[in-house]
Amino acid sequence: MLEVRDLRVSFHTEQGLMQAVDGVSFDVKEGEILGVVGESGSGKTVSLLAVMGLISDPNAVITGSIRYRGRELVGLPPRDMRKLRGREIAMIFQDPMTALTPVYTIGWQIAEQIMAHEKIGKAAARTRAIDLLAEVNMSDPAEAVDRYPHQLSGGMRQRAVIAMALSCNPALLVADEPTTALDVTVQAQILDLMRKLQRNHKSAVVFITHDMGVIAEIADRVMVMYAGRIVESGSKRDLFLDPRHPYTRALLDSIPPLAGKRPRRLRSIPGSPPSLLDRPAGCSFGPRCPKRFDRCAAQPALTGASHAAACFLVAPP
Amino acid sequence: MSETPLLEAVEVSKRFTVGSRFSVRGRHIVHAVDAVSLAVRPGEPVGLVGEAGCGTSTLGRCMVRLYDITSGTLRFNGVDISGKSMREMRPLRKEVQMVFQDPYASLNPRRRVRDIIAEPLRVHSKLPGEAIKTRVAELLDLVGLHRDHAMRFPHEFSGGQRQRIGIARAIALAPKLIVLDEPVSALDVSVQAQIVNLLADLQERLKLTYVFIAHDLSVVRQVSTRIAVMYLGSIVELGRAEDIFARPAHPYTQALISAVPVPDITKSGSRSRIVLSGDVPTPVNPPSGCRFHPRCPMAQDRCRTERPVLSPPDGGRRVACHFPL
Amino acid sequence: MLLAVLRRFGQMLFVMFGISVLVFLIFFATPGADPAARIAGRNASPEVLAAVRKSFGLDEPFYVQYLSMMKKLFVTGDLTSFVNRGWKVVPAVLDTVPVTLSLVIGAAVLWVVFGLIIGLAAAATRGSWLDKLLMILGLIGISMPVYWLGEVMNLITQSRYHDSWLFSWVPPLGYKNLTDDPKGWFLTLVIPWITLAILYIGLYGRVLRASLIEAMQEDYIRTARAKGLSESRILLRHALRMSLISFVTLFGLDFGALVGGSALLTEVVFGLQGVGKLTYDALQNLDLPVIMTTVVYASFFVVTTNALVDVVYILLDPRVRTA
Repeated sequence: MLEVRDLRVSFHTEQGLMQAVDGVSFDVKEGEILGVVGESGSGKTVSLLAVMGLISDPNAVITGSIRYRGRELVGLPPRDMRKLRGREIAMIFQDPMTALTPVYTIGWQIAEQIMAHEKIGKAAARTRAIDLLAEVNMSDPAEAVDRYPHQLSGGMRQRAVIAMALSCNPALLVADEPTTALDVTVQAQILDLMRKLQRNHKSAVVFITHDMGVIAEIADRVMVMYAGRIVESGSKRDLFLDPRHPYTRALLDSIPPLAGKRPRRLRSIPGSPPSLLDRPAGCSFGPRCPKRFDRCAAQPALTGASHAAACFLVAPP
Repeated sequence: MSETPLLEAVEVSKRFTVGSRFSVRGRHIVHAVDAVSLAVRPGEPVGLVGEAGCGTSTLGRCMVRLYDITSGTLRFNGVDISGKSMREMRPLRKEVQMVFQDPYASLNPRRRVRDIIAEPLRVHSKLPGEAIKTRVAELLDLVGLHRDHAMRFPHEFSGGQRQRIGIARAIALAPKLIVLDEPVSALDVSVQAQIVNLLADLQERLKLTYVFIAHDLSVVRQVSTRIAVMYLGSIVELGRAEDIFARPAHPYTQALISAVPVPDITKSGSRSRIVLSGDVPTPVNPPSGCRFHPRCPMAQDRCRTERPVLSPPDGGRRVACHFPL
Repeated sequence: MLLAVLRRFGQMLFVMFGISVLVFLIFFATPGADPAARIAGRNASPEVLAAVRKSFGLDEPFYVQYLSMMKKLFVTGDLTSFVNRGWKVVPAVLDTVPVTLSLVIGAAVLWVVFGLIIGLAAAATRGSWLDKLLMILGLIGISMPVYWLGEVMNLITQSRYHDSWLFSWVPPLGYKNLTDDPKGWFLTLVIPWITLAILYIGLYGRVLRASLIEAMQEDYIRTARAKGLSESRILLRHALRMSLISFVTLFGLDFGALVGGSALLTEVVFGLQGVGKLTYDALQNLDLPVIMTTVVYASFFVVTTNALVDVVYILLDPRVRTA
C-alpha cells in the first residue's frame, strides 16, 4: 500500500549538497511490520520523514515517487498532505519526554487530533481518548486523561503518544526509534503493546531502529540502510539466518552476545560512515568492507527478489 | 583473594535533599545510593548495571569522590578517602579517573584536543611543555587517533572519536582505576564495538581496572568480570558475569536479562519473556520492605515488610532476596 | 499553599521595610545632608535652623524620626510635605495614581496587542522581507529614548502640524479626569499611549518572535505536525501558548515597574501629573516625605506585581504546580 521508488532527499548546506537519501525504493504491504535498520546518517529517519511530508527545511530537495494506496505524495499540496497525516499515516518519535506539549493534558492532545480529522464533539472525543488510553494499558485511563505530560513517566508518555497516533485508525504507523529512550524493561512492555495493537488495528508499521535485537523481536520484513542507500532487504528469517551484505553481517557480528561464549574481541567495522557531501562513486560501504574488490568501484544495485542485497558478491538470480 | 581491593565501598549511602520546608511539595530525600558495599579488585573489571534512577551513575561519581558520600566508608588501596577534602583528594586524582557518557557534552568545546588531554598533565605532573606534547601524541596513538588531530576542536569529531579523546584524557596520568559512566550508550553499534575493543586493549596494556556503568546488558557482559545489579539505589545481585547471565538469582536480574531483545531469531521465539508490570519507581519514595516487591512476579508477604540484605558470599555470588531463584 | 502565601506576604513586608529604611538613611543619615538646612533655605540663621529642626522633629534620634514618619504614612495618613507646609502627602500621591494607571494601562493594551501581532507575523513569515522589516522597526522602537520621542511627538502634534487635520484634535498637554470628561481623557492620552508603547512593542515583538521560533523547533511541534494539524493552529495553540509563559512574566514585571513610577519620563514630557511626575518634582526639591511615600508606594506595587506574576506563571505552566 506504500510504494516508494527512487526516493532522493538532499539538503543544500553551506558545505555543498548533502545527499541524505540516495535512491531508495521499497514497499510496505498492508498489515505488515517493516523494520528499517541503520546507524546514524543512514537516512532511515529522513526517508520516512519524506514519506510523511514532514521535511520542512526550505533547503531540502525531494525527488522520486511515493505512492500511498495509488496516490502520489511527492508534490502533493500541503493541505491534502495534512489530511492524510494523522489520519491515514501516523508517526511517533523517539523521545517521549519531549513529544507532548507540556501545557495541555494528554486527553486534550489526543482529542485535538481526533477532532482535527473527524467531525466529532469534544465530549465524544474525550471518551474516545479514554478508550484509547485503556487500550494502551495506561493505568486508570479515566484519571490519566486529565494528566499533564510531566506527571507521567517515560513509558506512560510513550503509551499516550501511541494512543494518540492510533486515534484515527491509520493504515500505516511509522515509529522512529520509539523504544530507544526507554529503560529495557519498559521497552519490553512497549514492544509487546505495539505487537498487540498492530494485530488489533491491522495497521502496517514501519519500525525504525538501530537495534538488531528489537528488529528480531518485532519485524516481519527488514530493510538495512547505510549512507542513504538500502543495502539489504528481505524477510526477518532471510536477514538473520543468511545475511548477504557484508555490512549486515558486520553489524550482526559487532553486537556483543548476551549468552554463549564471550568473544575476546568484538568484530568491529573499521573506520566510520562516509560523509554525505560529495560522495565518491561506487559502493558506499566499499572503503570499510573486508570483501572489497575491483568491481566495487561502481555502485551496486539491489539484486534479488524477496531477499535482495546491493553487493556485487551476491550472484544475480 | 586476600589482596587489598583497589576500591572498596562499605555501606556507602548518598542522599540528596530536594526542596525545602517552604517549597510547595516540601522537603524530599532522594536515596540515590542506599548502603552499598562493593569491592573492586585490581585487574577485575566490575560492571554496574541498572535502569534509570537505580543509582549506578551516582555510585560511580561517589567512587571518584565527585560527590561527597552521606554515610559509609570509601577506601582506595586501603586508605580511607570518605572524609577527605577536595585538597586532600587531589593527589589521588592521578590514580582514579572517570570517563563520561555524553561525548558531545563532556569535552569543553572551546578547547583544542591537545589542551583537553594535556590538562591533567599540566595540573598534576611537573613535566615540561615539550614532554607534555610528546605524551599527548603518545596518548592519541594509544586511543587510535591521528597525532595531527591534537590541534582540532571537539566539534570537528564524531561521537566515537570524541569518546576516544575522553579516554585519552582519562589515561593521561596512568591511573589505576577508571570509572566509565555509560561510555558507549550514545554511540552507534559499530562504533560501540570499536570503543569496547579499545577499552579492552588499554586495560591489558596499561594494567587498568574498570568500573563500567551501563544499562546495556550485552555490553556489560562483554566488558566485566564481575557484575553488580542495582535497583533503586541498592545492589540486588552481585557475582561473576558468566554466573549471573547463565543463572540469574534475583527476579529483577532475570527479568532484566529476559527483556533484552536479542538479534537471534532462533532464540527469540522460545525465550520465556518476563515482562514486568509498572514503571521503574523513583528513588524519592521507595516502596516498603523489598524495594522490588511491587513489580516482582513472585512477591510474597515477607517481601512487603522485610527488606532483604545481600546474602553472604557463596562462590562469589550474593543476592538480596528472600526467595532467590 | 497558605504557607506559601504567608511567606510571600512576609517577603513583601521585608522588602518594603528595607527600601524605606534605605531611603530614609540616604536622606537623613548621609553626611552633609541636613534636611533642616534644605527646608529653612540658604542663609538661614542658626535660630531658624533650630526652630525648623524642632518643628519638624529633626532633632530626635533617627529611629524615632523613622518610626514617626512611618506612623504618619501608614497609620494616621497625615504625613505632610517638607516643602509645601501643610500639604498632606498621602492623599496627594493617591490622587496621582489614576493618572499613571490611565497612562500605563492604555499603553499596555497597545503594546500587548501589537507586540503579539508583530511577534506572530514575524515568526510565521520567518526569513521573509516582512520579518526583516518588522524586526528593524522593532529595533528602531527600542532605540528611541522615550523622552526624545515624546518631545518629537509634542513638536509635531502640538506645534508644527497642530493646525493640520491630522493633529488638530490633539488637546494641550495635561490630564483630564476620566469621570469628568471621558472624551478629553481619551484624547489627551492617545499620543502618550503611543509614545510609551512604541518602546515596548519593539521589545515584546522581538522577544516573542525569538521565543516562538525557538518553540517551533521543539519536539512537540513535530508531533503536532505529524498529527496533521494546520500550521496556524500549531503556531497559535502550541507555540504561542508555550511562549506566552515568558511573555506574560515579562509583561507583569514591566507593568509593575511602570505603575510604580517608571513612566516618569513620559509623564514629565506630556505634563501628566502621575506618580512619576510627583516623584520627579519631589526629587528636585528633596521633599523627603513625598519621596518616601512614592518610593514605598512603588515598592509595594512592584512587589505585588511580582507576586501576581508568580501566580499567573503557575496558572500558565502546569509543570511548576507540582514542583
